[in-house]
Amino acid sequence: MIVQPEPPILVSAFNSAAPIGVVSTKILEGLVRYDLDMNPQPALAESWDLSRDGKNLTFKLRKGVKWHDGRDFTSADVQFSLTKVWRELHPRGRSTFAKVTRVDTPDRHTAVIRMSEPSPALMSALSSYEAQVLPKHLYDGKDIQTNPLNNAPVGTGPFVFGEWQKGNYIILEKNPNYWAKGKPHLDRIVLRVIPDASARAAALETGEVQLAGFSPVPLNDVQRLTRSGNLTAETRGYEYFAPIFLMEFNLRNQYLKDRRVRQAIAHAINRDLLVRNVWFGFGQPATGPVPSVLKRFYTDKVPQYPYDPKKAEQLLDDAGLKKKGRWRFRITHDFLPYGSDYQRTAEFVRQQLARVGIDVQIRSQDTASFLRRVYTEYDFDMTNNFFYALPDPTLGVQRIYWSENIKQGVPFSNASGYSNPEMDRVIAQIQVEHNEAKRRDLVHRLQYLAQDDLPVLDLFEIQFFTIASKRVVNHTTTADGMYASFADIWLRD
Amino acid sequence: MLRSLRYLLRRVAQAVPIVLGIAIFNFMLVHMAPGDAVDVLAGEAGGANPEYVEQLREQFGLDQPLPVQLGKYLVNVATLDLGFSFRHNMPVVDIILQRLPATLVLMVCAIALAFSLGVFLGVTAARNVNRVLDRVISVGALLAYATPIFWIGLMLILLFSVRLGWLPSSGMETIGADYTGWARVVDLARHLLLPSVTLALFYMALYTRLMRASMLEVYGLDYITVARAKGVPERRVAYRHVLRNALLPMVTMLGLQVGSLLGGSVLVETVFGWPGLGRLAFEAVFQRDFNLLLGILLLCSVLVVLVNILVDLLYARLDPRIEVA
Repeated sequence: MIVQPEPPILVSAFNSAAPIGVVSTKILEGLVRYDLDMNPQPALAESWDLSRDGKNLTFKLRKGVKWHDGRDFTSADVQFSLTKVWRELHPRGRSTFAKVTRVDTPDRHTAVIRMSEPSPALMSALSSYEAQVLPKHLYDGKDIQTNPLNNAPVGTGPFVFGEWQKGNYIILEKNPNYWAKGKPHLDRIVLRVIPDASARAAALETGEVQLAGFSPVPLNDVQRLTRSGNLTAETRGYEYFAPIFLMEFNLRNQYLKDRRVRQAIAHAINRDLLVRNVWFGFGQPATGPVPSVLKRFYTDKVPQYPYDPKKAEQLLDDAGLKKKGRWRFRITHDFLPYGSDYQRTAEFVRQQLARVGIDVQIRSQDTASFLRRVYTEYDFDMTNNFFYALPDPTLGVQRIYWSENIKQGVPFSNASGYSNPEMDRVIAQIQVEHNEAKRRDLVHRLQYLAQDDLPVLDLFEIQFFTIASKRVVNHTTTADGMYASFADIWLRD
Repeated sequence: MLRSLRYLLRRVAQAVPIVLGIAIFNFMLVHMAPGDAVDVLAGEAGGANPEYVEQLREQFGLDQPLPVQLGKYLVNVATLDLGFSFRHNMPVVDIILQRLPATLVLMVCAIALAFSLGVFLGVTAARNVNRVLDRVISVGALLAYATPIFWIGLMLILLFSVRLGWLPSSGMETIGADYTGWARVVDLARHLLLPSVTLALFYMALYTRLMRASMLEVYGLDYITVARAKGVPERRVAYRHVLRNALLPMVTMLGLQVGSLLGGSVLVETVFGWPGLGRLAFEAVFQRDFNLLLGILLLCSVLVVLVNILVDLLYARLDPRIEVA
């Protein structure tokens, strides 16, 4: 299979970069995994129980689990990973586990997470990608981030690290002592690094590679590849990330600080056409900040901005931005440089906005420059970008709208400078409300406010896809498909 | 012999300040790019919090003022320590040494192929000047020169891997096959063929045209007329009298191009998934992995300086009129 781009290290416990997850989750594990409907299922934890006040979460750990070096996996590993790794070093962990006061280990197979306030989002953040359990005996007392084991991890998972030829391939071998008897089915996984998208398509086509995730080939190649009969395109297995494509408006801009202008832009962009033409149908128009795959929280009963150039012009006129000749005003547009689809989206936006008299200047740059410009220097008017909404609003959505997350220098924070006291209040309540129904109402309120104020325009829900040979069975069994352990995968003859 | 050796030593001594200057220039250049490794890491992580970002900058030494960073870097270079790549979690030297063989194999093959084919085609064209064969070679060379490298690469993959299924589409060897001895060499050669041909084509075109022009120039000199008047066969005139003298500009070109070949190898290594240095450098730029990038650049500058010293020595061998002094 393919991993692309090449991961910098092979441990996800403190680095949430996507390609690391693809490799790391086969070697190391989390307490739970999430099925395709995003319900937690046992992994290293066999069962769990939340106290009535929502402040104590008890995990019964699986017995007889061994690290690849032969030592026993115990509750001390969980305690160490949470307090020393996830909460200290993981980019999201500090907020996910903010309310955790301590982890008790009454015996070797029980871990109790004690919290100062309920953290309902926590149960959605315990997969092997989001919160990976590291072996305490190999990490404790050493510098965790520069530990050489990060390039050759020792885990509990179905596959054991084999070899890593940088720039070339990573080999994982079957773990004969895996706790699930009879698994894994595969003897070995070879993960290859193929940097060019067309070359990836060729490797899949020739059968040199049988599996590749996260939209590995150009969108216009998908039809050709799947028509040949040997390959399939799978769109499930990305529910966990729930990626959403959006435009961030810089509310410091003299035009964009007017809500009517933002609404006009929303009305001026034909999102159906965008998804169909630029994205070859791999997506669906969004109704707000929470994607429809998050069934627990989703609502479309919020202000909508259907394609209506006339209304857009009307709103702009009302805002006092009348046409002078062809144009009303000029703004810049920076796109996330993740490939030609993003650039074409920017060009599409420019064309659409030109029709209502907004002169859009597209600026292109590499990723580091983009992040620096948008999130550190705030030197932008309008971006096109994508965010993971993640399974819980506290993990994903809140960071765009929370005024406390206007944090200069932090990528994918609240860069638009949006600050609304009611929104802040709702977000704070969502973090600690552990009554499911009340929490859902709060998230609905969040979606309403977000759509009403429109500091960010959610364009569409991106549909990632996996390309797999028809020989590969069970490649997508969890909501974070490519981050599954792959213990269940087998090859048909 | 002794004189050559003394010359060599002097040239090497002269190279040291040059390399040092290049190191300083490189350092300033890479630090002019907006954003740093921490921006990229936090971006890839899909977000972070300020403490995390701050802690990484401190760990990477990026929180220090630039002159301090430069000073530290130069001290490191002087002690032949290329530093640590935080991204790869490995010392830079180790990463480079891991990737160097792949690049060297690819480069040597491509240069050998480009040079020999270029000489052969150039000589053939010059001997048939203004005839059909010359035209065909010239047009072919022009095409090879004008076609983007990555496109040629992709087309070769489509033809030989996808359609015909003769050669592997990417990588350096069959993974997991664990070949040894001859089988391994054959396997490597099969993987090497397409990338080295792709990389060689462009340079071959250059050499062909240069060789042709250079040959024609020498053909016009008096001593060739003398040789012909003596009744030396045309073939011998071409290969013995003209070729040797016409080779000098080619050697100059070769020396100059070792550096640019590394640039061309970025594309080829990307298209063919070849685990070499060019791609590593290219990725290091986007990842703002400054230590690694500087290490590779330094290595390249040393390489280019060395090759040029070698070329100067080679001049003397090819043309006895030139002396090293």
